[in-house]
Amino acid sequence: MKDPYEILGVARSATDKEIKDAFKKLARKFHPDLHPGDKAAEEKFKAIAAANDLLKDKEKRRRFDAGEIDASGAEKPQQRYYRDFADGPGYASHAAQDGFASNEDLEDFLARAFGGGTRRSQGTFRARGQDVSYVLPVSFMDAANGAVRTITLPEGKTLNVTIPEGADDRQMLRLKGQGMPGFGGGPAGDAFVELHVEPHPFFHRKDDNIHIEVPVTLREAILGGRIEVPTLSGPVTMTIPKGANTGQTLRLRDKGIRNRKTGQRGHQLITLKVVLPSGEEPELATFLETWQPKTSDEPRKEMLK
Amino acid sequence: MTRVDEIVEQIEALQRSDLDAWLGEELIKAQEDAGVLVFSEVECARIRLICTLHYELEIDAETLPVVLSLVDQLYQTRQHLLKLTAAVAAQDEAVQKAILVAIDEGNKIDGKT
Repeated sequence: MKDPYEILGVARSATDKEIKDAFKKLARKFHPDLHPGDKAAEEKFKAIAAANDLLKDKEKRRRFDAGEIDASGAEKPQQRYYRDFADGPGYASHAAQDGFASNEDLEDFLARAFGGGTRRSQGTFRARGQDVSYVLPVSFMDAANGAVRTITLPEGKTLNVTIPEGADDRQMLRLKGQGMPGFGGGPAGDAFVELHVEPHPFFHRKDDNIHIEVPVTLREAILGGRIEVPTLSGPVTMTIPKGANTGQTLRLRDKGIRNRKTGQRGHQLITLKVVLPSGEEPELATFLETWQPKTSDEPRKEMLK
Repeated sequence: MTRVDEIVEQIEALQRSDLDAWLGEELIKAQEDAGVLVFSEVECARIRLICTLHYELEIDAETLPVVLSLVDQLYQTRQHLLKLTAAVAAQDEAVQKAILVAIDEGNKIDGKT
């Protein structure tokens, strides 16, 4: 037996109602008693009913999803349909004696007389293809600026995925018609691509703003100056005010993520971190020995209260 | 023959009260066997069909007789066609051919309108 989700044409994530609706739709089309002239209806309906029996039962569905049971477990023993009686020769009181024309003769005769005409109403077995889902890891920069990536599916097919500018982590993209092909001319399913945005070594995103910690030298901090800082769109030069300190936050307007709804860009927020010289600086040490600060700071005062 | 309690047992969704209502509306026919209601094989198949229509396709109780009446008419028409086909099949090849040609003419007229 084929995949029950495929038979009903629903996604693996389909709700109970979606499953029920899909079954109703197919049952209307293929219930053998409602289609006495369609010889294939019984086989089709059997598969549809079995798929429905499996998926409508929460426990069976869970076990199937978990791979504990296969779809064949849901098949039912042969059922005798109403049409087997009502449509057979010998059901109607008088036809019984005539005997020699069978249901098949009737279909054959109608096909000869009306060609495809009688088949039109029977419909063909059409079902929407199965949806498929993929996870696509995306670099921080691609998610921020947008990109087009090609993914290769297990069956060798390739898909171009357009990552929108400012894509969120775990954002789901729907590629209509890129899932499994449909049956009997039914439409293909959709492909769902979940983006997993990778972290960046120094950019951190919070809503539409980008946060970054930027180290500055002691000289830059005390004397101020122009420094180069990275942004999503490349390095920019900014001014550090005189007397800047660790923890101080500066803002670069409109250097954040473009909001998908408003089109407005967020900002880049730069937190300064003063770093001391990495090598020995004897002159600095000598200076500090004789240095008398103008203000008497007690930086640990709050902690020791 | 299947007893009324057996058929209720066999079809999970079937409610006894619904079955009684269908009997009352003559959608199905039962026979009596030593004071117990029994159903023929045909009637059991018909009950299964009604159960599918009512419980799964959610055709409500008021619409059910309409649907069944149409289904019955479909099968009756097919029975008539079956007899007609048997009658045609019993004719000489030339007569059969003439009938098919006549039907074909009718199809062409349909196609033009």
